[in-house]
Parts: sequence; structure tokens; C-alpha cells
Amino acid sequence: MVSVGSADRYLPDTVQQAVKILVVGAFGVGKTTLVGSVSEIAPLRTEEVMTEASVGVDELAGLEGKTTTTVAMDFGRVTLSSRLVMYLFGTPGQRRFWDLWEGLAEGALGVLVLIDTRRLEDSFDVLEQLEIRGLPFTVAINQFPDSERYAEEELRGALDLLPETPIVLCDARDRVSSVDSLITLVEHVSGLGAARRSEAVS
Amino acid sequence: MSGAGEGFSEGALRPYVITKGRSRPSRNTIGVETLLVAVEPARALPLSATREETALVRMCGQLLSLVEAAAHLGLPVSLVKVLASDLVDSGHLSARSGVPRAALPDKQLLQEVLDGLRRLR
Repeated sequence: MVSVGSADRYLPDTVQQAVKILVVGAFGVGKTTLVGSVSEIAPLRTEEVMTEASVGVDELAGLEGKTTTTVAMDFGRVTLSSRLVMYLFGTPGQRRFWDLWEGLAEGALGVLVLIDTRRLEDSFDVLEQLEIRGLPFTVAINQFPDSERYAEEELRGALDLLPETPIVLCDARDRVSSVDSLITLVEHVSGLGAARRSEAVS
Repeated sequence: MSGAGEGFSEGALRPYVITKGRSRPSRNTIGVETLLVAVEPARALPLSATREETALVRMCGQLLSLVEAAAHLGLPVSLVKVLASDLVDSGHLSARSGVPRAALPDKQLLQEVLDGLRRLR
């Protein structure tokens, strides 16, 4: 991976605000690829320290007590205007990483859930969790060369999506296609915002 | 304190030593996307400043997000949150925040995001 030289590492001083979007998906689904095709910098990797005491997995039965894990996260950056920058975070979707979302999802515009049709079942947990947490999301189906092609309605049914949740087909390697899936997400959030503003927030 | 390190992995302990035992930042407005820049004119750090604090202030010589600073410095994000928060409190760094917590992004901001994304196509 090419590291960014310190000369173009920084943002113009005119930038006043940053927004973020989470790209969530199972391992190997193409999160980093999507982040990389949209980002203006080579994707950066960072580590978050996570304590796994409160995590509801018992696959490690017998290993009691807290364990500290570091989770690698790849992210990219897009300057949207002279005053606004966007960060894209590729976040693992597995159950044991949900604690990590807490800090990341706070203040995020929304979540793009990246799905591989060859492993639909990997995404059921993530989708359910997003619905429970009330995070606005859009489903993007990453089309792999050997993916079987399904109709949108077929996938919507298989994933048990709410009727209002957008679903798009994308090619994570392609910049325009990836940007389009982000546009669909932000349009969705924009529509939700209008609906929610008229609701009383609990 | 002699022999205290025996049997412990330095990797797990070190972040908490650097943050003086804290795992949470002093202010809850600091996030991964918070934009940081060193305050001008530069204020000298106290002699007690850690190597990591010094490195963070130097890294933020120009505008950069917290998560980028963490990645470039090779430090965990949660650690840099605590350090950045302290350095904002002490007047060494200034922070430009993202979308306010618990507030929906306003329509104008979302439109700006959409316009920016459409320009990328």
C-alpha cells in the first residue's frame, strides 16, 4: 500500500465540518475495495482497542474474563466541498464487533451494508442489529464475477428488508458505481429525516 | 514497583499508562471524524507531556481528522481520543466537530453531501 506523503496528507484550512458513513459487511465482502475506489487518499488502517467482556458470544466457552482485542479498520476520505469532508469507514459486521460500532455510528450520516449474494446469511445479524438500533441504512449488493444474478425483489425477500430500505447493485471496484450506492444512501437518509422531524423523538 | 511488568503483556497495558488509566475522553464531543489543528501561535507543552501528546500536537500542525492522526501515528483511536480531548481542554489543539450528537443531520448539510458526491461521478 502506498502511504500518503505528508504534503497531501492534510486538509485545506477552509474545511469546517466532517461527516462520516459506515460501510459494514462480512469479512471479504469488499468494504476496503469500495472505500478505496471512492477515497481520494490511499485507504488508511487504524486500530481500535476493544474489550470483549460484554460481547454475547460463547464460542470461547471456558475462556472467562476480559480479553482485549485490537480491531483493524480501514478508512478513506473524500473532500466534498471547500468546507466539507467525508470519511468512509469499513467496519466488520460480525456480532463480536458491534461494540465497536457504538462510537463509530454516533453522528454518522448512515450505514451502507455491503452484501455478497453467495453468502447472504452472513448479513442477517447485521441487518437485524441496524433495524434494532434505528440506524438508517441502504443495502448494496457487491456483484462478484461469479455471483449469481438475482432480481432486486428476490433479494429483498431473502434479506427480509423493510419496504422503505433501498437496495442497490454495485461493483465495489468501480468508482462511479460505489459513489452511486452512497448517493442512494444519503438520499434515503434525507427522506427519513423529513419523516422523522415530524415525529416525536423518544 | 519493581517486577510489576512481569507476566504482563506490554501491548495491552501501555495505552492505559499513556492516558493515565483512563479509557474515555474528557469531552464527549470528540469523535473519530473530529478535525484537529494545533492552536496558533503554538503553545509549549508542559514538561510532563508524554511522547504521544507531543507527537499528536506536531501531527496536527495542519488540519487533520482525529482518525487520520491516529493512523499516521500508529496509535489506537480510543487512545488518541483521550489525548486529543485533553489537548483541546488545555488549549493546545482546536477541534472542529462533525454532526452534533443526538441530532439529525439537517437538510442543508445532506444536500451539500449529495452535491459533493454527484460531483465525484
